[in-house]
Amino acid sequence: MTEIIIKNGHVFDSVSGLKGEVADVCIKDGKIVESVGNGATVIDAAGKTVMAGAVDVHTHVAGPKVNLGRWYRPEDKFRLGERCSAKMGPNTHIEGGFSIPTVFKTGYEYARMGFAFLMEAAMPPLYARHVHEEIRDTPIQDEAALPVFGNNWFMFEYLKNGELDNAAAYVAWVLRQTKGYGIKCVNPGGSEAWGWGLNCMTVNDPVPYFEITPKEIIDGLIATNEHLKLPHSVHLHSNNLGNPGNYTTTLDSLKIAEGHKANNAFGRDTVLHHTHLQFHSYGGTTWADFESKAKEVMDYVNKQENITIDTGNVTLDETTTMTADGPFEYHLSALNHLKWANVDVELETAAGVVPYIYGKNVKVCEMQWAIGLEIALYAKDMMRTMITTDHPNAGPFTRYPRVYAWLMDKEYRDAELNGFKWSSKVIDATTLAEIDREISLYELSQMTRAAPAKVLGLGSTFGGLAPGMNANVAVYDINPDNMPKGIELENALAKAAYFFKDGVKCVENGVVLEANPVVKETYWVDAKVPENKQVLHDVSEKFLKYYSINLENYDVAHHYVPHPHVIEIEEA
Amino acid sequence: MDTVTITLKKVPGLYLECESVTPDKFAGKNAEEIAALPCAEGKRNYVLGDWFEIAGAAGATAADTKIVVNGAGTDKCKYIGAWMTAGEVVVNGTADMFTGAWMEGGKLTVKGDVRSFSALQMKGGEFIIEGRAWNYLAAAYRGDWRGMQGGTIRVKGDVGSDLGTFMNGGTIIVEGNADIHVGTHAEGGTIIIKGKAHRRVGGQMVKGEIYVFGGCDVMMPGFKKIEEREIEVDGEKHVFNVFIGDLGERHPKSKGEVVYGHLYTLKE
Ligand SMILES: [Zn+2]
Repeated sequence: MTEIIIKNGHVFDSVSGLKGEVADVCIKDGKIVESVGNGATVIDAAGKTVMAGAVDVHTHVAGPKVNLGRWYRPEDKFRLGERCSAKMGPNTHIEGGFSIPTVFKTGYEYARMGFAFLMEAAMPPLYARHVHEEIRDTPIQDEAALPVFGNNWFMFEYLKNGELDNAAAYVAWVLRQTKGYGIKCVNPGGSEAWGWGLNCMTVNDPVPYFEITPKEIIDGLIATNEHLKLPHSVHLHSNNLGNPGNYTTTLDSLKIAEGHKANNAFGRDTVLHHTHLQFHSYGGTTWADFESKAKEVMDYVNKQENITIDTGNVTLDETTTMTADGPFEYHLSALNHLKWANVDVELETAAGVVPYIYGKNVKVCEMQWAIGLEIALYAKDMMRTMITTDHPNAGPFTRYPRVYAWLMDKEYRDAELNGFKWSSKVIDATTLAEIDREISLYELSQMTRAAPAKVLGLGSTFGGLAPGMNANVAVYDINPDNMPKGIELENALAKAAYFFKDGVKCVENGVVLEANPVVKETYWVDAKVPENKQVLHDVSEKFLKYYSINLENYDVAHHYVPHPHVIEIEEA
Repeated sequence: MDTVTITLKKVPGLYLECESVTPDKFAGKNAEEIAALPCAEGKRNYVLGDWFEIAGAAGATAADTKIVVNGAGTDKCKYIGAWMTAGEVVVNGTADMFTGAWMEGGKLTVKGDVRSFSALQMKGGEFIIEGRAWNYLAAAYRGDWRGMQGGTIRVKGDVGSDLGTFMNGGTIIVEGNADIHVGTHAEGGTIIIKGKAHRRVGGQMVKGEIYVFGGCDVMMPGFKKIEEREIEVDGEKHVFNVFIGDLGERHPKSKGEVVYGHLYTLKE
């Protein structure tokens, strides 16, 4: 029985309604409790900021495309003129890599920043075993993974024929097979069309040979998701990513949520999460007249209450892009002439990987940086707005503290903006320079804790400090009465003074104390459906006819997920 | 210029990570402070003082600092002079991998051999290797497309394979012979081999100059002889066969002219 009391910190937590009031946080046996006895270990948090452990709603940290990045970018471990691999503590595993870090570095760096839960945002079902092997080896962080459904042959057929029961039974089957968490949809139809050298650029472009449109796919996936009453909403990377003028496709995609209503027992009241919105908020017709449409897109997001978004902030680093949006990666490699790798995953999905340098002297990159910040700063409901870098696509997750500091300190971001080579062009084509808003610590706690936990359906255990919740607590060397600015704020957010995971002190003064201080859990969703002979027949038939492996070798067996946390849902 | 002499006390069992051994890291420090600089052996963290006897003090800046590395076991030291920007380093023996890698300036002399990946992605300065160099001298790091950009390297002996991969600028002079893969993917710079090169010289080269006095055992098929010309190279005047290539690659244009890589061999 371990008891800890974190005393006299300024607590920011929307779940318990604290906006920086001085309060004590009590921990007993891995959970937050009302009070503890006199013998409790005391942590002095006076003059410091206390928040729940953070939750990353969208990151790429495990699985075949991450590893493909590691394979073909050995140079990633030598960056910034230093050896990134040299980071080692006496009691922890050696850490390596910058934009595609090793599993150890991933777990430790997230812990240093105070993170407790990561959502791997794209799991190819066929390679789910690999995803879970990496998740298993990532220390400290509880994790889950979203299988991709937006280019899946089964789903195309069921949704096109309006067979909602079959679609739901198939999704439930895949979640059970892959130990998956929910429905991810990447470039709906477009990645399949890419197999034929084509793409879907609007929500109405039909997928070749399947004659279903992205709009029908998104609509059908939302209906399936709510029919199954899953904890998370549909998680969408819409069509036409990264192209000038794409904001109309984005708005068309978001509008599909209008006809739907959330149906679940997890406190989630939204039906569609649009990820890395920065890449989808572009105006203009070419890179020459490219401009920000962040305001237009966020005006819609602000008034449409059943959708959520994450930002996808560009961090101005050399990074490694990777997405199940195969055609986009091909397109990107033709723009920057660097290395390109592509994988097709049989009947299910595809992925591409390309190194990318977001240069401070490249107009497009400077614009993307500004647009990402605008999106967060235009948000009215911070419980529907989350900060991500779409790690590693817009930048490595290790830059979160820098992104937070840009959002929280106008002077800091303006210094960056004014230092750009194309700063006057960026100021003309975006509205960032006119925005005075600075995100508060309380808003930050919503965007990085309560909001992602809620949209993932984990709001009762993660993202807050109310009694009964998991004792994930981050303490930062930030005194709200004397707020640090700029780089000092960034450094304070990068190295938690303390981080407790499930009530265990894992980090002190930015140093991870042990290699595997806690048992990390893998969350997956077991949605019960009536037995569906049609779907089971279709599955075995497709495996016989098309898959390169046997059905028996498909499922993620128990030993891949040694510490499962199963969320069971009763039959719809 | 002030000189710091560091002498290995014993031969390391594993390899020492000596990225602290540069004029930049030593600058402004006395012997005691230098002894406190980090130095890992495998995954164990030590300080330089655990491994080296340190005599003398550094100058105020890197440019005012000379380091002499002595003792049996220098061949178990990696990263000596890596990332150095100024000053001087002399290794009285053989040095292990990554010696002078990412070097930007100053002078680095190794009296023995250097092992693979030395002078990797070098940007500037002068690097003299009195013995031979192993593979990947002055190449891009594996996977990277940004090779040597500047500076000068002189190797008195032979070099291994993959010399100057993705080279962009600077000069490499090899007084001995070179193994396979010379200047692969080169986009600039000059490689001079006084001996002979084995094969695959200038493969996928787009731009830059490669001189092979002793000729190549096997020429790449993508090179075409265009002329014979007298040229002065490293103080010697000779008549060379001049080839352009690699014709299997797409080549950029400059002022309306297609730019090629050039390969020169001595006319018999
Ligand atoms: Zn993503």
